[in-house]
Amino acid sequence: MNLGLINDAINGDRRSLARTLSGIENGTLNIMEIQQNADIPHRIDSGNWKSLAITGAPGVGKSCLIDKLLSIWAGSGIKIALLAIDPSSPRTGGALLGDRVRITSVDDDSLKENIYIRSIATRKSSGNVPLIVADMVEFLHMAGWERVVIETVGSGQSEVRCAAIADRIVVVEGPARGDGVQAEKAGLLELADAVIVNKSDLKGAEKHAEELLESFELGLGDVPPVMLTSALNETGISEAADALLDLPDTGRSVRARWRERLLAHYERKILESPDLEEILSLLAVGSISVDEAINTLGGQ
Amino acid sequence: MGSNLRIVIAKPGLDGHDRGAKVVARTLRDAGHEVIYTGLRRTAKQIVETVRDEDARFLGLSSLSGAHNHLFPRVCELLIEEGLSDVIVFGGGIIPEDDRPALFSSGIKAIFGPGTPTNEILEFIDTASSMDDVGVGAKTDWHWQSTA
Repeated sequence: MNLGLINDAINGDRRSLARTLSGIENGTLNIMEIQQNADIPHRIDSGNWKSLAITGAPGVGKSCLIDKLLSIWAGSGIKIALLAIDPSSPRTGGALLGDRVRITSVDDDSLKENIYIRSIATRKSSGNVPLIVADMVEFLHMAGWERVVIETVGSGQSEVRCAAIADRIVVVEGPARGDGVQAEKAGLLELADAVIVNKSDLKGAEKHAEELLESFELGLGDVPPVMLTSALNETGISEAADALLDLPDTGRSVRARWRERLLAHYERKILESPDLEEILSLLAVGSISVDEAINTLGGQ
Repeated sequence: MGSNLRIVIAKPGLDGHDRGAKVVARTLRDAGHEVIYTGLRRTAKQIVETVRDEDARFLGLSSLSGAHNHLFPRVCELLIEEGLSDVIVFGGGIIPEDDRPALFSSGIKAIFGPGTPTNEILEFIDTASSMDDVGVGAKTDWHWQSTA
């Protein structure tokens, strides 16, 4: 372990930070070893969230909205990191990471010291956030990035893996996303600590927000805030930025979160197994069954 | 194959032609690399900061505006100033043969013109990633002999 590199990263050198994060992502650096060996300055725990996942369907405006939120938070002196996740090709393992195209706040000379953006490919992970991101978030905290926003892969109704990693979950919706029944369906929305209906400049946004709120009120536990924003016209953004910064944990889904954590760790165990490639080949030619494969990979 | 390399593809300056950059990005993606695309009209400084924060091993610059003689060496200078001398830089677009020697001596290690087979770019990436000391700040005369 290159302790010099890690200490430089903790002391604010951005290239060392980027390299350390690569090491964690590639498995050449281990977060527990770093915690044991590096000189980590004592930081006061604000008691508020350290990681916030922003998720939602492709095209609802997550990147544009995040860009505006970053501007406001960084402008108020908060050091904020964005981990932007995009999918890897299941065929070749390659990825096109394009989230930076829409994020321009980091180009602002007055803000760039307070913003760090890193694009991350899902690699082998099947969820909308790979589990290793949790370790990357942990290191960013050590290096003084007090708040970390995770932009998940564009997600449908049932992709709740981000619950395994982030302290809070914000679901971004668009206007006119189906009839009122959509808001009643089980899934991602049940785990949301807040919902933002973006593109409020378009028809149907207010109605959709009302439907969501009604649906939440029928359920158990605290009702999460439902906010309207237009990243395009910059309306509702500063209100949302304030509300999100102090967002309380609705505590609606503690068991569900642990379920996701358990699944994510179990999946990682299988994906990291040295026998995986051989087992896949055996499965492909039909010489073993799925049950036999599971017993070999993680069934002890 | 050195898979999973992180490669930034950037469009410096006032130039809206991104077909070539997108084709190259797609080729690299399909070869198993992680490609970070910057989008259009980036300054040299913005590109260098992206390479730094993304921990990219390679940087590809695309220019069809004719400003390559100014922009490419500026990016190379800033990379070296920022301590990123080991990043390997290649370029593409409309770059006349006469302009290339000066760009190579500023630290660019390959220039690909129109008609370059995409495989050749992958061969360059493979070759350069297995060589020592071919970053933008390296004291070497080596550069890729491209076919177009």
